[in-house]
Amino acid sequence: MAFEALTQKLEAVFKKLRGKGKLTEADVKQAMREVKLALLEADVNYKVVKDFIQRVTERAVGQEVMESLTPAQQVIKIVNDELTRLMGSKESRLNFSPSKVTVIMMVGLQGSGKTTTAGKLGLYLSKKGRRPLLVAADIYRPAAIKQLQVVGEKIGLPVFTMGEQNPVNISRAALEYASRHNNDVVIIDTAGRLHIDDELMQELINIKDAVNPDEILLVVDSMTGQDAVNVAEAFHNKLQLTGLILTKLDGDTRGGAALSIKAVTGCPIKFVGMGEKLTDLEPFYPERMASRILGMGDVLSLIEKATAAIDHNKARELEEKIRKEDFTLNDFLEQLKQVRKMGSLDQILNMIPGFSPQKLQGVEFNEKELVHIEAIINSMTKEERLNPSIINGSRRRRIAMGSGTSVQDVNRLLRQFEQTKKMMKQLSELEKGKKKGRFKLPFFNL
Amino acid sequence: MGFFDRLKQSLAKTRDSLAGKVESLLKFSTKIDEDTLEELEEILITADIGVDTTEKLISRLREKVKAEKIKSPEELKEALKNEIINVFPEPKFDIIPPAIILIVGVNGVGKTTTIGKLAYKFKSKGKKVILAAADTFRAAATEQLSIWGQRVGVDVIKHQEGSDPASVLFDAIQAGKARRADIIICDTAGRLHTKKNLMEELKKLYRVSEKEYPEARISSLLVLDATTGQNAIAQARIFKEAVNISGIILTKLDGTAKGGVAVAIASELNLPVLFVGVGEGVDDLQEFDPNAFVDAIF
Repeated sequence: MAFEALTQKLEAVFKKLRGKGKLTEADVKQAMREVKLALLEADVNYKVVKDFIQRVTERAVGQEVMESLTPAQQVIKIVNDELTRLMGSKESRLNFSPSKVTVIMMVGLQGSGKTTTAGKLGLYLSKKGRRPLLVAADIYRPAAIKQLQVVGEKIGLPVFTMGEQNPVNISRAALEYASRHNNDVVIIDTAGRLHIDDELMQELINIKDAVNPDEILLVVDSMTGQDAVNVAEAFHNKLQLTGLILTKLDGDTRGGAALSIKAVTGCPIKFVGMGEKLTDLEPFYPERMASRILGMGDVLSLIEKATAAIDHNKARELEEKIRKEDFTLNDFLEQLKQVRKMGSLDQILNMIPGFSPQKLQGVEFNEKELVHIEAIINSMTKEERLNPSIINGSRRRRIAMGSGTSVQDVNRLLRQFEQTKKMMKQLSELEKGKKKGRFKLPFFNL
Repeated sequence: MGFFDRLKQSLAKTRDSLAGKVESLLKFSTKIDEDTLEELEEILITADIGVDTTEKLISRLREKVKAEKIKSPEELKEALKNEIINVFPEPKFDIIPPAIILIVGVNGVGKTTTIGKLAYKFKSKGKKVILAAADTFRAAATEQLSIWGQRVGVDVIKHQEGSDPASVLFDAIQAGKARRADIIICDTAGRLHTKKNLMEELKKLYRVSEKEYPEARISSLLVLDATTGQNAIAQARIFKEAVNISGIILTKLDGTAKGGVAVAIASELNLPVLFVGVGEGVDDLQEFDPNAFVDAIF
């Protein structure tokens, strides 16, 4: 495939480096050309890439080669460190007003996802025990107000509207309304606008002056190209942004915009939009994103998601099983059921180390297929579930008949199970590696 | 204002940033060497043209420099311009009624707004247009399309939020037949091309059109946000596979976005750009002309 993810590109680069005893300057140069191309293809801004390459080259060719790592591991570590550094070195939280109502202003280009994100953020905050009020200040786009009302209704949050009046007045009135109605957070959904539209940018400045927001969040489409930097810079210069929200990160975009915007504005990325559902908003963890880009998977997020959705006892059991590598089809079935509670499979697969969806070619992960999988496993005998290796041709046929699927489906499931087992092994090794405080990379065991 | 001027005006930013760099680059270099070409490469990449397409363009340019003995920077610029123009395939898009147009794309690219503008364009040419509000997923998408319908003065066929998009299109087709509409434009929910089930839903819309209105000519147009980077190529490829895209509508070209990814898409997938969106007004949809596009860039 011509368009591999950044992760795979970097993996390919480091495969070339791997196995060499020592890194020469020429090696590093070769690797850096590949890294540069990969980053450019990932839509990282040109200047940011240049800086990045320079910094990594300096560190890689320099004296910093540790004894415990191979030179290739060393380069990966440096690239990873620098990527993390570029994206901000620690997770960034929202600022809340200590005494009065917290005001959050959502701004951005048209179609970046402000209204949906306003709803997601409202839901997120209300789950954290806040009482948010959504404010419809997009008076330009047809039915934008209605959209926010529908979103508010879905998540059970109040929406403040004043029709198509001046957004400055709407925002001011909303703030008063909030203090009267005991809302402690106000989320203002402003209209999408071009950063070069002086008139509309002035309107944002006026809103800012009127309500003195605690947070001004720029909502950015993660698929944005080289222009992301210009947009973010313009909004930042006019409004002094306090943070960014990256949307549509659940697609296959390589998300270079995240790197560039952070590097150019210095604003932290506070949340990422990960799906169509109003619950699909997550805090942004820079180090996790860097790991994900490098193909090390997002183990932390996965574990966090699991603890949020999975029954705690079952989670502990599962963890134990993973550790012991004693993982049967019964557990697989149980896990699939739990996984469905966590979110869509694509989301989860993306977080698993060294496990990009492209690697699963031939293994189709379709939500509906889960129903078939359940049926297939239910059609197996207890013994078969515990020990799938006994499932021969005639057993396969019987299972297929019993579950109303085909032998191919049964085969595919068994293959998937084997893959999952392998992945579990990787995951537990990674965990063990962490405990010993060693920097261990999953794709070195492949 | 003529078409050319409008396009030129809306591409002014692109021209300033791209051509400005080209000019200043060429001014300082009196003869063409590898450094010159390398710097041109950088300029194209920062216009979102992408690494692959840029490398192709530059290598062709390099051959030309040798073959045609290009010496001056001006000649080099002309040659590069021609290379880019040559990338765009001839747009073939004529509406022969009855026609069904599916408007597809990822979330937030401007599908609904574009449909309003398209409806206005066709109506001004004396066609009878019906809009199908088949984005039943996003909150208030139907209302948004209805407002455009009122503005332009065309009928909108709609159902409840959350209903089956295919049934909306089915009804629109029946209405189109009964009211003798020339063109049915179908709005669809924004979907990321990686969502398998949603792409299947889109294929179903295409199948419904084929089955329920065999006499109609069905075309699918992909709406692309000009600010999108290289992911646009993946979008175009997968939407093309799903619903046989016949062309691209490039929106939001009135910003500072370079829209260069359209060159990459034309080069890799042989898809023409048919229209460009240059503003929020009802008449801010222009027919795309590669010559004007590239001229406006340089």
